[in-house]
Amino acid sequence: MQLNEELQAVLDGKKGAARQKVLKTMMRYGQLFGAENMVRVSGQYNHLVTSFGLKALAPVYNLLDRLIAESAVSEQKFSADPRPLDPNVPSSFLQNIIFNYFMYSKQDEYEEQLKKLGLLNKDAFTCTCYMDEVGNVPQEGEILSWSESSAVVYANSVSGARCNRNSGIIDLMGSILGYVPCFGLLTDEGRKAAWIVEIRTSKKPEAQLLGSAIGMKVMEDVPYIVGLDKWLCTLDEDAKTYLKDFGAATASNGAVGLYHVEGITPEAVRQGRELLKENVKTYVIDDAELERVYKSYPVIWKKKDATPKLCFMGCPHMSLNQLITWTKNVEQGLKTSGKKKVVIPTVFTAAPDVIKKFEQTEYASRLKATGVILSYICPLMYMNNPLSEKMPVITSSNKLRTYTSARYYTDDEILAQITGGALK
Amino acid sequence: MKKYQGRVVAPGTVTAEALVSHGGLNTLASFQKALQFGDKTATCGDQNNPDLYGKQMAGKALCLPRTIGSTTGGLVLYCACSMHRQPACMLFSEPIDSLAAAGAVLADVWLEDVQMPVVDSLGEEFLSYVKDGMKITVKENGTVEVE
Repeated sequence: MQLNEELQAVLDGKKGAARQKVLKTMMRYGQLFGAENMVRVSGQYNHLVTSFGLKALAPVYNLLDRLIAESAVSEQKFSADPRPLDPNVPSSFLQNIIFNYFMYSKQDEYEEQLKKLGLLNKDAFTCTCYMDEVGNVPQEGEILSWSESSAVVYANSVSGARCNRNSGIIDLMGSILGYVPCFGLLTDEGRKAAWIVEIRTSKKPEAQLLGSAIGMKVMEDVPYIVGLDKWLCTLDEDAKTYLKDFGAATASNGAVGLYHVEGITPEAVRQGRELLKENVKTYVIDDAELERVYKSYPVIWKKKDATPKLCFMGCPHMSLNQLITWTKNVEQGLKTSGKKKVVIPTVFTAAPDVIKKFEQTEYASRLKATGVILSYICPLMYMNNPLSEKMPVITSSNKLRTYTSARYYTDDEILAQITGGALK
Repeated sequence: MKKYQGRVVAPGTVTAEALVSHGGLNTLASFQKALQFGDKTATCGDQNNPDLYGKQMAGKALCLPRTIGSTTGGLVLYCACSMHRQPACMLFSEPIDSLAAAGAVLADVWLEDVQMPVVDSLGEEFLSYVKDGMKITVKENGTVEVE
């Protein structure tokens, strides 16, 4: 691999043993994918997937201690995924014991490590760091060293930045070096689509269901999606919210790091079908295909018809316009059903900075009046333990469904259930 | 006995019993519970993987096309190795993905007392031939023997 003088000095050990080892790691990682050189990270901020002081990840914290001890810390400030705990979210006495004493007992210690390594600020904990309110918004063409599958796929597809699907630790190492190996989604060739996905549905497809179908079909390939512009029209805030949820499902149900939507996402607007590789495969999605995918999801609740005890919305975290839309929807649903408050404990999750902005609007008190709880928590981290796993939890997040026992329903079905109304 | 030649991602030799996933291995969903709650056999917790769900992964020759899912994948593999709950080896039919590669390289570079040979690009025929319980031997040069 070709190294410039700066990196050669690191490899020669002139910047310390820790940095030298970090570079060796990144070189070996890149060489596996044919990288011939390292490119400068040009994004302003980084984003890390690991936000949780999970006892099980002790080996990671030990590694970070080694880096901090040798001052091998991040050149960039960074945001990180959501915090795993929030006292506002309903939990039992036993769950609290498990959360605080068994699972996340290293949370405070880990957050101290993050501060030393370059955490942006005390509220920089969200999976949707790219929201304007949060401020970690990548620009088109910037090279990133991010992780968090839903953030990476958004940055690549919607922002037009360039980032591989980096793992936790590799994300930070790219930031420590200030360089990442050049391969895959960092290259023009790596951003070309191997699939053309034709949307032929009779109505706007559910974002999380469509993303799931595409993710499971194309896996890590790049899909070029046609026919979705009919429903999204332009890349406005609603479309960005749709693509946030869509992308998270492609990344978690498959391994998609970049998608192009004809007429909508920046590279597709500029380059159109020049983004297609030769001999692309075709996947047609109609109403029947979405129904097939929906019905294929296993329900792993012990009692399949159990009454839901909790509903999580916001994995990935909700946007400001999504919070406002859902406030109106819940109000309307309650009005129709004749109820005053949601009939299932319901938690909407969003970035701390988005919550602050939302609380400045009239909708905050209106949402509170419906009984919905607003939180910055990571629903996935809440769910991943034997006690929560046994709870019948519902969600319209296909990411949460994939990683936990939460049961997936469409947005309309969720609304009907939490407001005690009938499905339209 | 059949022999397959792949590319060495992390070197080493080992003999172990095969455990086969025909779909992508979701590393976080598969390992998370095992790492959190002290399951030394690393029972797979991924409900979406019918080949592996509920089966013990530690010490097995894990045969798979690729890994999928959360970008915690690499650090989860690194932790599984550090806690000695890793598969005996990982054998990919396809070229390795970035998350599994990260886990394999991190473990190989940063952990001194752990070995998990990783071989990729073994081909589709490898994954269609190998079955749970078959004896797998991995050689230093990336040759994989299945019997």
